[in-house]
Amino acid sequence: MDVGDRDPVTGQLTTGHEWNGITELYTPVPRIVFFFLFVTILFSIVYWVLMPAWPLGWTYTKGILGFDQKAVVQSQLAEAGAEQSAWTSRIDGMDYAAIQADPELMKIVHEAGATLFGDNCAVCHGTGGTGGKGFPDLTAGAWLWGGEPEAIAETLRVGINAPHEETRVSQMLSFGRDGILVRDQIDDVVGYVQSLGPSAAAAHDEEALARGAEVFAGNCAACHGEDAKGNRDLGAPNLTDASWIYGGDRQSITSTVYSGHQGLMPSWEQRLTPTQRKILTLYVLGLSGETQ
Amino acid sequence: MAEFHRKLERNAIGFVLAIVVVASIGGFVEIAPLFTIDETVEDVPDMRVYTPLELAGRNIYIREGCYACHSQMIRTLRDEVERYGPYSLAVESKYDHPMLWGSKRTGPDLARIGGKYSDAWHVAHLTNPRDVVVESVMPKYGWLNRNTQRTDDLGDHLLAQRRVGVPYTDEMIANATNDAYGQTAPDSEFATGVAERYGEATQIRSFDADATRVTEMDALVAYLQILGHLTDAAYKQAAMAGEAAK
Repeated sequence: MDVGDRDPVTGQLTTGHEWNGITELYTPVPRIVFFFLFVTILFSIVYWVLMPAWPLGWTYTKGILGFDQKAVVQSQLAEAGAEQSAWTSRIDGMDYAAIQADPELMKIVHEAGATLFGDNCAVCHGTGGTGGKGFPDLTAGAWLWGGEPEAIAETLRVGINAPHEETRVSQMLSFGRDGILVRDQIDDVVGYVQSLGPSAAAAHDEEALARGAEVFAGNCAACHGEDAKGNRDLGAPNLTDASWIYGGDRQSITSTVYSGHQGLMPSWEQRLTPTQRKILTLYVLGLSGETQ
Repeated sequence: MAEFHRKLERNAIGFVLAIVVVASIGGFVEIAPLFTIDETVEDVPDMRVYTPLELAGRNIYIREGCYACHSQMIRTLRDEVERYGPYSLAVESKYDHPMLWGSKRTGPDLARIGGKYSDAWHVAHLTNPRDVVVESVMPKYGWLNRNTQRTDDLGDHLLAQRRVGVPYTDEMIANATNDAYGQTAPDSEFATGVAERYGEATQIRSFDADATRVTEMDALVAYLQILGHLTDAAYKQAAMAGEAAK
C-alpha cells in the first residue's frame, strides 16, 4: 500500500504506513491550524523588527521602537511622582504642626503611611505598631529619643546603633557578664527598679530596697537619671513607667542587667525619601495618639 | 523531498538525530549568542564577592529551599521598585552560582533585604516567624541556632566558585575557614584578615548574639544582611535616573 490507497471499508485515503497489515486513515491537520501558524510567524517577524529581539554575539537588535523597560519604569515613577506632587509638595513645605492641623492632608498621611509602615516597619514593630520583645511599642508614648516629630524623624533617618555615620548610639551595659556588679547587687537593683514602676508589688524588703537604690545611684543613674525617668539624649528608657522593651518581670530585668542590650533600629535614609520619612513620622505619632 | 522524509522516518536512530539537530538550532541561534554580549551586564568595579561565611549562608538558603518562596529579583515594574527599592541589575547576581532569582513569591522579595532589619530580628524571625510577624506562614528554622556551621570545607566551596568564574584569590581560599570564624568574632585575631581580604565594608560581628561559636544561624543571617549590598550600583543608577527625570 502507498499514499493514495483507499481504505476498502470507508473509502477514505490512508497514510500509506503499514504495521503488520494494519493501516491508518489519512486525516490531515485542519487548515485553520496552518492559518494561525502563519499568522504567528508573521507576528513574530513584525515583533522582531519593532522590539529588542535577536542576539548577535556582540550586541542585540534593539528594534525600531527603541523600547526599554528600564526607561518605561523610570517614566512611570516620574509620572507617579508628578501626580503625587499635589500633596507631597504640600507635605514637604509645611511643618509638622501645620500638617497635623490639616485633616485633608492627615487623611493622605494615614493612607500612605499605612502602606509605608506595612512594607518597612511592621515586621519589627507589629502591624499596629505595638512592638514585641526587643522591638519598642510605638503606641505607648514611651519614646526613647523624644516624642517630638523632629526627634522621631531623626531616628528614622539615622537609626539607632545602625551602620549610618550619624547614627544614634545607645547601649545597656552587661553589668553581670562584665563583672561590674555581683549577683547580690543585681538582685537588689532589680528589686529597686521593679519598685519604681506603677505596678510595683506592695511588699518590699526595705533593707534590700535601700541597697538597690545605692547600686542604682552608683551605676544606673548616669544614664537613666537620678529619678530613673530616663534620658532622651542617651536613649536611656524611663524605668518608672509601665513600658518595657525587653520585659518588666523580674526574670527579664535580671537578664537585661546581667547581659545588657544594644538594640538596633535601621537607618532609613537610603531606602526612604525625606517625604516618605515625614509621612511615617506623622503616621507613627498618630499610632501613639499624640497630636502635639 | 517526500522520498527522503519517507526514508528518514523509517530509520529510528536517524530520525532521533534529525530531531536533535533541528531542536538545537533554536539554542544555537537564540541562546548561545547571549553568552558573548557584554553590554547586558553592567560594568561595576566595586562589586565584591561573598565572604566564606556568607557563601555558607547562601548554601543554607539553597539547602532549606528559601528560593521556593522568596525571589531575589526586583523587576522593572513600578510597584516593585516602590516597595523593594531600585530594580535588580544583572551585575548584582554576577557571582551567584547558581543564581537565586526565584520564580515565585509566597514571601517578599529579598534582593535588598540586607540592612533593612536588625540581626536580632532575623534570628527571632527565623527561629519562629510568628513571634515577630503574627500573620506569617513561613516555617520555623530554629535548628539553625543549634547547628554548628561546618567551616573546614569552605575553602573547597570557594575553589568551586572560582572554577566557575568568581575571582577568589589563593589567599582567600587558604584562609576560608579562619575567615568564616573571624567574621563572627570582631575581637579575635582572625577578624582583621577578613577586612583585609574582603574589604573594610565587610560586616564583621556575631550575627546570632552567640559569640562563642559559628552557627548556621550566623551564616544565614550574614548572607541575608549582605543581600543587595555587594555593590551600590543600583542605588547610584536609580539616583542618576531620578535626577535625569527632574
